[in-house]
Amino acid sequence: MKIVVLVKSVPDTESKIKIAADGVSIDPAGVKFVMNPYDEFAVEEGLRIKERLKDDTTVVAVSMGPERGVEVLRTALAMGADDAIHVSDPAFEGGDAQANARVLAAVIKPLAADLILGGKQAIDFDAAQTCPAIAEYLEIPQALIVTELKLSDDKKTATARRRVEGGDELVELSLPALVTCEKGLNEPRYASLPGIMKAKKKEIKKVGLADSGLTAEQVGAAGSKSKVVKFHNLPERPAVKMIPGDAATQAKELVRLLREEAKVL
Amino acid sequence: MQFPLTEEHRLIQETARNFADNEIAPVADRHNREGSFPLELVKRLGELGFMGMLVPEQYGGTGLGNLPLVVALEEVNRVDASTGVTMSVQNSLVCAPIVHFANETLKQKYLPKLASGAFLGAYALSEPGSGSDAAGLVSSAVKDGDSYVLNGTKNFITTGAEADIVVAMVRTDPNHKTRGITAFILEKGWKGFSVGKKEEKLGLRSSSTVQLVFEDLRVPAANIVGELGLGFKIAMHTLDGGRIGIAAQAVGIAQACLDASVKYAEEREAFNQPIGRFQAVQFKLANMATKLEAARLLVYNAARLKDEGQPHGKEAAMAKLFASEMSNEAAREAVQIHGGAGYLEDFPVERYFRDARITEIYEGTSEIQRIVIARHLLKGLR
Repeated sequence: MKIVVLVKSVPDTESKIKIAADGVSIDPAGVKFVMNPYDEFAVEEGLRIKERLKDDTTVVAVSMGPERGVEVLRTALAMGADDAIHVSDPAFEGGDAQANARVLAAVIKPLAADLILGGKQAIDFDAAQTCPAIAEYLEIPQALIVTELKLSDDKKTATARRRVEGGDELVELSLPALVTCEKGLNEPRYASLPGIMKAKKKEIKKVGLADSGLTAEQVGAAGSKSKVVKFHNLPERPAVKMIPGDAATQAKELVRLLREEAKVL
Repeated sequence: MQFPLTEEHRLIQETARNFADNEIAPVADRHNREGSFPLELVKRLGELGFMGMLVPEQYGGTGLGNLPLVVALEEVNRVDASTGVTMSVQNSLVCAPIVHFANETLKQKYLPKLASGAFLGAYALSEPGSGSDAAGLVSSAVKDGDSYVLNGTKNFITTGAEADIVVAMVRTDPNHKTRGITAFILEKGWKGFSVGKKEEKLGLRSSSTVQLVFEDLRVPAANIVGELGLGFKIAMHTLDGGRIGIAAQAVGIAQACLDASVKYAEEREAFNQPIGRFQAVQFKLANMATKLEAARLLVYNAARLKDEGQPHGKEAAMAKLFASEMSNEAAREAVQIHGGAGYLEDFPVERYFRDARITEIYEGTSEIQRIVIARHLLKGLR
């Protein structure tokens, strides 16, 4: 089998995010970037399938974005992925989820993957659109937000468990298919030191616009039908008002404030 | 100057940091309070390759070297100095002398198990009557056919209770002080080998420190590391490397002190503002961060010199001396910034304060480090 895992470099959840001067991007200065946590589940699941099958299955990690994408690809290789592809080109900048999915689908298609795994969403922009759009471009079935994945013995179908309101849903997919991974699917491994040493020797393949077979009009900002107009910081939390007095006084004052100041009663 | 860490170093740091934060940190307080050895975590560190960083690949290690080792040690020590010293001892005091001095048979026999963490090891030099005066050791080995019969007591042995093997320095010739010492590899199950008193310590409470007792312990002559009489040289060479690891431990503890202090200074309010707005607190943090960075660079540099095969005895001593004293200052200031809260078990700086203290003592006291440095300076007086 060939398994493609999609990984994205995102700001660490503990980083303090600052909006850049242009108002439509994040200032990367001082931000620590890590592999999108949901993508870690995807890498782990790909590696577990490979280890279970014990055949010539290969896991290829693919990341699209700026140069720092190389770091998450190196992490995926250190975890045990066989190959890595970095999809990067100035023309790809400013693309929305659909334009990026178009590029990724074009890059993945010639790989003839049996299974494409990604995170259920990237924790930076939370769109959760790129993976499903890739499946659409490739015209393959998809199961999203999956907590359990089983391959049939003949490797022709996969059964995915999805958490839905009030229960679980089991979906059978014919392969090739795309699956996005949710917390609970597995426990991602740490990159071992021997894994890191092996990763150092592996080459990360660069793929740009020319290799994708697409035109500049189909990708990046030019190929996008939506664009970010502005980022806003969350409004600062206003000061908390403490109401003094005994319970009766407090209750009375609270009702007055809710009516006259907050105007919610 | 940002010390040039490579992509590979960054990945090692990331794995060490994630493992430390996700696996060690959540249980460190409990293990330290109970005084229980975190065997499962230590084994998992071994499985990830953190116990064989100085062991060449052909013996089951990664052979990554001292710079990656200190990078990883800092991360582990940042969350738990007890686990940190276990890792440092295994790499620098147990694996390293076997790699450098043991014959092929011993390397094949012991290194793969040590590098994977399947075996834990200890290093036994100190005795009840000899610490800094290491060559004053009196435990003895007497030749009897193809083996030696060992008698004596070893003190303050880190991981001694859990160790599967021990690299022990024993006197084989009473007539030569330094050249009369030989290094042996001992195995736990051998008759005459026993674990004595478990020490209750100020800090590092979840690392194991015990006395080892040898009573007519029969060791095959084949288990001599290097050759007869080479033990003191092996011990001193080994400690030069171990010192860099302890210096990294001191840096890790200090980083934890700084992190906790910054967090507290931003959260704790006094006189209607976060205490981090007071210059008295700001200056403490600035001093801590600056000295910490200086210590880290000394440690990196000593590790780099050792990896390049250059003389590093003086630099290792300087790194250990500066980092350990810096760490204690950082721990003291961290408690001070926390005020009364810093004196309580509820806040982590209380543990850091206790853990930092040993770094000025073991693997050569600060006084010994100064002597080592001075001897390098005053070569004309020899």
